[in-house]
Amino acid sequence: MRVALFVTCLVDGLFPDVGKATVALLERLGCTVEVPWSQTCCGQMHINTGYIREALPLVRRHVAAFEGYEAVVAPSGSCAGSVRHQHAWVASEAGDPGLAEAATETASRTYELSEFLVDVLGVTDVGAYFPHRVTYHPTCHSLRVLRVGDRPLRLLREVDGIDLVELPQAEACCGFGGTFAVKNPDTSAAMLADKMHHVLSTGAEVCTASDSSCLLHIGGGLSRLRTGVRTVHLAEILASTQAGQPEVPPR
Amino acid sequence: MTQPEGFGEPRGGAPINQVFLGMPTAPPGVGHLRGGRPFPEAARTALGDAQLRRNLGKATGTIRAKRASVVAELPDWAELRAAGAAIKDQVLAGLDAYLVQLEEQVTARGGVVHWARDATEANRIVTDLVRAAGADEVVKVKSMATQEIGLNEALAAAGIAAWETDLAELIVQLGHDSPSHILVPAIHRNRAEIREIFLREMVKVGLPAPPDLTDEPRALAEAARLHLRRKFLEAEVAVSGANFAVAQTGTLAVVESEGNGRMCLTLPRVLITVMGIEKLVPTWRDLEVFLQLLPRSSTGERMNPYTSMWTGVHPGDGPGEFHLVLLDNGRTATLADPQGRSALRCIRCSACLNVCPVYERTGGHAYGSVYPGPIGAVLSPQLTGVADNPSLPYASTLCGACYDVCPVAIDIPQMLVHLRSRVVAAKREHSRAPTAEQALMATAAWTMDSPARWANALRAGRLGRLLGGRRRRISTLPPPLSGWTSTRDVPLPPTQTFRDWWRKR
Repeated sequence: MRVALFVTCLVDGLFPDVGKATVALLERLGCTVEVPWSQTCCGQMHINTGYIREALPLVRRHVAAFEGYEAVVAPSGSCAGSVRHQHAWVASEAGDPGLAEAATETASRTYELSEFLVDVLGVTDVGAYFPHRVTYHPTCHSLRVLRVGDRPLRLLREVDGIDLVELPQAEACCGFGGTFAVKNPDTSAAMLADKMHHVLSTGAEVCTASDSSCLLHIGGGLSRLRTGVRTVHLAEILASTQAGQPEVPPR
Repeated sequence: MTQPEGFGEPRGGAPINQVFLGMPTAPPGVGHLRGGRPFPEAARTALGDAQLRRNLGKATGTIRAKRASVVAELPDWAELRAAGAAIKDQVLAGLDAYLVQLEEQVTARGGVVHWARDATEANRIVTDLVRAAGADEVVKVKSMATQEIGLNEALAAAGIAAWETDLAELIVQLGHDSPSHILVPAIHRNRAEIREIFLREMVKVGLPAPPDLTDEPRALAEAARLHLRRKFLEAEVAVSGANFAVAQTGTLAVVESEGNGRMCLTLPRVLITVMGIEKLVPTWRDLEVFLQLLPRSSTGERMNPYTSMWTGVHPGDGPGEFHLVLLDNGRTATLADPQGRSALRCIRCSACLNVCPVYERTGGHAYGSVYPGPIGAVLSPQLTGVADNPSLPYASTLCGACYDVCPVAIDIPQMLVHLRSRVVAAKREHSRAPTAEQALMATAAWTMDSPARWANALRAGRLGRLLGGRRRRISTLPPPLSGWTSTRDVPLPPTQTFRDWWRKR
């Protein structure tokens, strides 16, 4: 299957290992992965901060970049959510029904990684090996925009060697919220404090999630407090094999 | 129960520049829809209050669990929710006709209907009615509309004392405080504080609290009961709000838990009800839907203890005089925005407050309006106009918990994004030079609209590695990013971006 990787701007610039892991995983499962060069950012930061006008060219660019691919896969519930639930709205706000229609069509082929694995490829055991104590934070947008449900957990449960522990009050927001973390830093920090408290209460070495943005937030707090708990993206766990490191085949 | 679609469902709507923004909004200087400070600032103060944090965490957690369990009992909750949304949308679409029908029915049954375009008019109408009744005090049923318009202050200015009779509203009033939750206005107080307020304040305004008052809930309730009983028996005039009005018969309904509402609605000679114009339902059949949705969503009860309904006046039975004040105060302006109007579906259950991770930590006062939490963040700025409440649409992480519990399916997260775009548009219109944020957003969009510029920007980002020094993390950044680094690290940018790796792979 020919799959376009919608790598997301955050992964591209700050967490390339998540992108590499997604490529490795999809190729291991028999997909032909392509990375359209003209993709940059889905515009979610602009949209969610109210800058719809500025987001419009980014929506147009995104739709054009992913035209023609059978499936578009993103290692992010939030970015896939923006494509599926916001792009057509941005286009109609701008009075561009043609773009709205094209965005709706792109959205219908766009999947968050766990959705793609479970629903499209039909796998839950991806042959991963990750011998660590892990707790999973279901991100708000994967849960309440995309409704991925327990798909990420079904994938994690099949990982060899993993010690998966339940996160208390898992469905509570970590307090990231995009520019919220900067516009309302105190409230954001208070929410993060509770999330970290719950992560630490599990005794996990690793906190995982399907969004690098939320992990940037949770990880940033865990690092500041020198807790020794790491954040690792779901894709990185699923890409890990017996060798211990994400397997990235040479091109 | 079928899983609802995620919030922010793609939908149409008029382009921003075609939205009619000409309807009058709630006027400043009267009522309680505007805070003195922006949300982030007010929130900072609230977050430092350990007692408040504890009370809120406990109370919202308890109600949340109760609601979840009674909602799960109903196999047709999703259908009820859809019906609630549909009925309210029908009302909003035909509001002009339903309001006239309501006026005809109330008048035909001996009531008098008054139309108030805003808080100032509503306050004047009520004040005049109380004066005409020859009274200098009124008893009040808990009401959001009268809190919204600042009726108590207006009456006080006219020399009329208004006594709140809902237990929590009484606590708030005696404490010279303001409500911080729609349903549980004194959620920020604990019982030791309530005992002190009762001992100190009751004596100043009526029957004093017993000197041996303890902070046992039963003892506190009994003290309030005795204090209020005298008010009920002495009052000539009562002021209430309304949860619903049935246009078909001109019937008003108040839903409550303590029986104080029933006392106010039946004992005094004159009853004045102040109601937002969106509180209508067309028929009694429609009421059935909401009497299921409301108690389960608000108190987490299958049914609330008291549901009082009245239709006009009946000689020898209840008040001899009934006045209905229909309040606009920015509601028509809200109705004019196709993407904001569904906020008027709200039945004030406060389920969204109880699940909101922001509200749970800041409490209601930080929102500066009588309508706090997620619904307040979309309602207050629409009632006042976004220019007067520009920080409220940003007081949310867009986590979506509010939409999932809303019994009338208001897509609050999507509406917040829409209102943010209105805030940005309003700021753009009013400032000649772009603000720092505007410049930053424009530059980011320009950079991201070209893969070459974007790739270069990411490569330049590697210079950020210098910020980390010898460590593997960055702990200080300049404003506005200092808001992030005050409590969180940032990892060092990688030596190679993903796209550069992909090209070389």
